[in-house]
Amino acid sequence: MNVDCELVKNIAKTARLELTQEELESIKNDLSEVLIAFSKIQELDTKGVSMSIQPVEIRNSFRDDEVKESLSENEALSQTNHKKDGFFMGPKSV
Amino acid sequence: MSEDVFNIKKLNEEYFCFNTISELQNASEGILKDYLISVKDCICVKDMETTAGSAILKGYKPLFNATAVQKVLDEGAKIIGKTSQDEFGFGSFSLNVGVGMKYPLNPINKNHVTGGSSGGSACITKLLKNHISLAESTGGSIVCPASYCGVVGLCPTYGRVSRYGLIDYGNSLDKIGPMANTVKECALALEVISGYDSKDSTSLNVPVDKYSSYLERDISNLKIGIIKEALGDGTSEVVRNKFDEMVRKLRDKGAVIDEVSLPLNFKYGIPTYYIIALSESSTNLSKFCGIRYGVEGDLKESYNAYFTKIRSENFGNEAKRRILLGTFARMSGHRDAYYIKATKVRTLLIKEYKKLFEEYDVLISPTMPNQAPKIEDATKLSPLENYMMDVLTVGPNLAGLPHISVPIGKELDLPVGFMVIGDHLKEGLILQVANEVEKNV
Repeated sequence: MNVDCELVKNIAKTARLELTQEELESIKNDLSEVLIAFSKIQELDTKGVSMSIQPVEIRNSFRDDEVKESLSENEALSQTNHKKDGFFMGPKSV
Repeated sequence: MSEDVFNIKKLNEEYFCFNTISELQNASEGILKDYLISVKDCICVKDMETTAGSAILKGYKPLFNATAVQKVLDEGAKIIGKTSQDEFGFGSFSLNVGVGMKYPLNPINKNHVTGGSSGGSACITKLLKNHISLAESTGGSIVCPASYCGVVGLCPTYGRVSRYGLIDYGNSLDKIGPMANTVKECALALEVISGYDSKDSTSLNVPVDKYSSYLERDISNLKIGIIKEALGDGTSEVVRNKFDEMVRKLRDKGAVIDEVSLPLNFKYGIPTYYIIALSESSTNLSKFCGIRYGVEGDLKESYNAYFTKIRSENFGNEAKRRILLGTFARMSGHRDAYYIKATKVRTLLIKEYKKLFEEYDVLISPTMPNQAPKIEDATKLSPLENYMMDVLTVGPNLAGLPHISVPIGKELDLPVGFMVIGDHLKEGLILQVANEVEKNV
């Protein structure tokens, strides 16, 4: 797998991260080394093997559909200054 | 300020094992009323700053207690603060702390690492009596620092302890578990924090064993497997010798002990673990954006520029590296080859363990292949060399198996840890063997 600066920049953009040139170079080299090591799992035959999303079997884990106490509006907004009229306030999207 | 808090603050000035220290609450009655409890910083404590060791969560004071925290409070424990850790648990040495934070120092020799990622928990556990720490493991973050600092650390079966109120690293891997100075104290704490919780859909709805009752049983009827790959060239001679010495003592107590093998786990465990853990963590960390809690920025920035700036300034280097690796493994075109493939390999690795548990009660190995390295040596390791340090601990974590590390004495003045791994929900058995190990040190 060839890891170049463009690929790293593309991944960083997807992850909403901006890297300095120094970080870019360093992470590019780390990624190359790590991805080669990670690719080792390709040699194992997993045809017909199911995925393990969890390590233990958990089936039909549902709770009763009851209304329970939860955070009030004031409590939910208490951790930020970015709020207005009972809503969170975010940056402009358009 | 109480004497306890004063002493803890003095210790923290020397070892940096806390991110936050609290004034002690008036405790209620209960089986933990004589205990001080520290809580890893990734576990929510109501009204107490909880950052998971990250600058991006600076100032966040949860509005609720994690279930495990509520359970220890209900049993009379007093919470003394939040312990330092690798940012979001991203490390094996507790050196990858968040931007502007300090890493904990090994309580036995300050030039050495504590291990990670629950390094602050292990450090303060070694320094205090009548204390239990609520730690957390994703790939070895309880037993590794327990081994390096010379304390007992227990990581339970996945789902045995509720994850409600735990700031996620990898949802399919994270477990809250206790650290203490004795096996008995770990058993006590585990009894308190275990159990089904409807607030966590991955919590296991099975009764909790009376773990302390296992400590009264001897090991003469047990069959134990030594994991042979754990004693290869990658494990130091000092660790191997200390481990062999304890195995001889366990044989003398009547346990049947054979050598067993986990070839797939040792060949594919590290890449499988890291692909899954990093994929899950990169998803989990996407919610930290500087709007609802934690650090804030200037909303005059445009939408994507705001999130990018907050995240770039407040995530540390290792967090960025893991977000990028995890994002890559989940991206279109790479997802099948990495993330999906790793979840299938995980199935094979779990089966390999399960096969051994058809014949053996528990498996044993050294906890770590080495003793706590010097800080200056650990900082020179490349990311891949860092990841390889987890070779003995990723297996039971990927498979969600309970495991415990018990100190078996010191060599060259640094502790060595002995690990016991059990089948799912067999915490009692690993405590039984760990107790025998502790008695024979």
